[in-house]
Amino acid sequence: MSKMSFVQACNAGLRQELHRDPSVFLMGEDIAHYGGMFRVTEGLLETFGENRVIDTPISESGFMGMALGAALAGKRPVAELMFIDFGLVAMDQILNNIAKTHYMSGGSCPVPMTIITQGGGYRGAAAQHSQMLEALFLHLPGIKVVLPSNPADAKGLMAAAIRDDNPVVFIGHKQLFGKQGEVPDGEHFIPLGTSNVVQKGSEVTILTYSFTVDLALKAAEAFPGKVEVVDLRTLNPLDWETISASVSKTHRVMIAHEAHGRCSVASDLAGQIQHRLFDELDAPIEIVSALDAPIPFALELENEVLPTATRIEAKLREMLA
Amino acid sequence: MGHVRPTDEQFFRTMIRLRHVEKALSDLSASGQLRGSLHLCEGQEACPAGACAALEKEDYLTATYRGHGYVLAKGTSLDKLIAEVLGRSTGLCKGKGGKMHLFDQEFGVLGTNGIVGAGVGTACGAALASKLDGTNRVAMTVFGDGANNQGHLMECWNMAVLYKLPVIFFCENNLYSEMTPLSRSHGNINLSERARGFGLHTESVNGNDPHAVFEVVSKTADRARQGQGPTFIEAMTYRTTGHYQADSGTAYRTKEEVEDWRSRSPILLLKQRIGAIAEEIEAEELAIVQASVTKALSEPTPNPNQAMTEVFA
Repeated sequence: MSKMSFVQACNAGLRQELHRDPSVFLMGEDIAHYGGMFRVTEGLLETFGENRVIDTPISESGFMGMALGAALAGKRPVAELMFIDFGLVAMDQILNNIAKTHYMSGGSCPVPMTIITQGGGYRGAAAQHSQMLEALFLHLPGIKVVLPSNPADAKGLMAAAIRDDNPVVFIGHKQLFGKQGEVPDGEHFIPLGTSNVVQKGSEVTILTYSFTVDLALKAAEAFPGKVEVVDLRTLNPLDWETISASVSKTHRVMIAHEAHGRCSVASDLAGQIQHRLFDELDAPIEIVSALDAPIPFALELENEVLPTATRIEAKLREMLA
Repeated sequence: MGHVRPTDEQFFRTMIRLRHVEKALSDLSASGQLRGSLHLCEGQEACPAGACAALEKEDYLTATYRGHGYVLAKGTSLDKLIAEVLGRSTGLCKGKGGKMHLFDQEFGVLGTNGIVGAGVGTACGAALASKLDGTNRVAMTVFGDGANNQGHLMECWNMAVLYKLPVIFFCENNLYSEMTPLSRSHGNINLSERARGFGLHTESVNGNDPHAVFEVVSKTADRARQGQGPTFIEAMTYRTTGHYQADSGTAYRTKEEVEDWRSRSPILLLKQRIGAIAEEIEAEELAIVQASVTKALSEPTPNPNQAMTEVFA
């Protein structure tokens, strides 16, 4: 094990896969010579050369389309969206083309590509650089989505995302990039669809992911032994086995995430849980999410819109009353 | 490098097959046996016939929703294509793609596309893969005049020039972006000039002459294989039907204009040139297309239990 930051773990995961498979290459804005806006790709150009680590112009639609074409031509591209918000410029390529090609081709054209990106707020980056947009990718069939919450998971899920024969969106979080943790040396791989019970508890299950895992753990400190925190890690595929086991134990569920609440992962999960596990529930499913306003700039406003540990704690208090 | 240029007879055979396919699909649509929208390429057959004859089987192709002619000319099985557009489980994409979404990895066909211009990035990516791997495969992407106004194309043109990609941007300029003439949709109707602004090498060609199209695609494919980068080809042609099956094609064009172009149809011109053998070839190709339609109609439709398969690999 080595102690490293989330960003360094992403870098280690990319390095591992670039070494392992010559068909893997990276493309994105400022990723090669500059080393990436958040240093995720630092040093990779020097190690792997300009045929493996490619700077692109600011043309998200264009290079997402190119990643698709390269994937169909036998490569395993990893395309970086500097901010997940910029992905909206490329949504025709991602949702109309990348997501659908395998299905539309009757299974003859797999698309083994990965989109790596980051989202999230709490840093005053305002409405167009702070969003959590995972639900957009999840709404359309054909894309897998992973959101690691710590360095070790970042490395292991990076490997799984790249090795998967489908399009996978790998979403980091600005607040996690500096987070330190122990990361396995050498080969590290976490299968997609495996969640992680990061804290056991008896009374309430919090289903969460990404940076909100940290907020949930902090909020749970006020209720020792009572709150089970499940880090979902991958949202498609979902680990129903772990979700079912936890809900069947605590009989109370909170879903906490940073994204907006309407038409969200939380609303979808709540619907699925009440359908699949109705008899296990002793109380309504509660949701803590961003309020449904664009992410504001000023600190006081941003803290009002985005979920906080305090809000999660208050909701837990209600649920445990 | 390069292929031997097909003869008049060979080009006529390819084009008349495409024309028979057009007629067959049109009839099937009218009789309700073909679902969904149908975008015919009648009048434009010289472009696929000429361009695809200049490409290798391994070369990549992406095209538009009007791209079935290119897919067939590239080598894809007529039986499988007809079965696909008729929604059969034996179709190219098992009935999941349909007429606008044709894929055939065996012949490098990386998709026709329902979104205007969307396949251009795919072709550039395939060209990038070819360049990175040193495989010498060229990618050709076909789009219309209307697609020239999509931002995606401009992003791709820039990257193709930047990375010197072995890609051919084959623009069929049929004078109308769906139902709107260039004069009402393009600030500058000189498409080659616009492309040159991106640093692209450009060629203009009579898209109704399969020999000329063949020559220019051969030349630019060689150029691409030699590492000299992308080319924008503007092929002047004309769609003698409407944009889709419910469009007569005469609400926004005069009958005289359509008739004038019809009289200059590449099929008509070659037919006159090769003489009596034309009718023989025409009959042979008609029989082939009819047999293919009959075969497809007798084939099974997909089992509904296949709807949820292949969402993921």
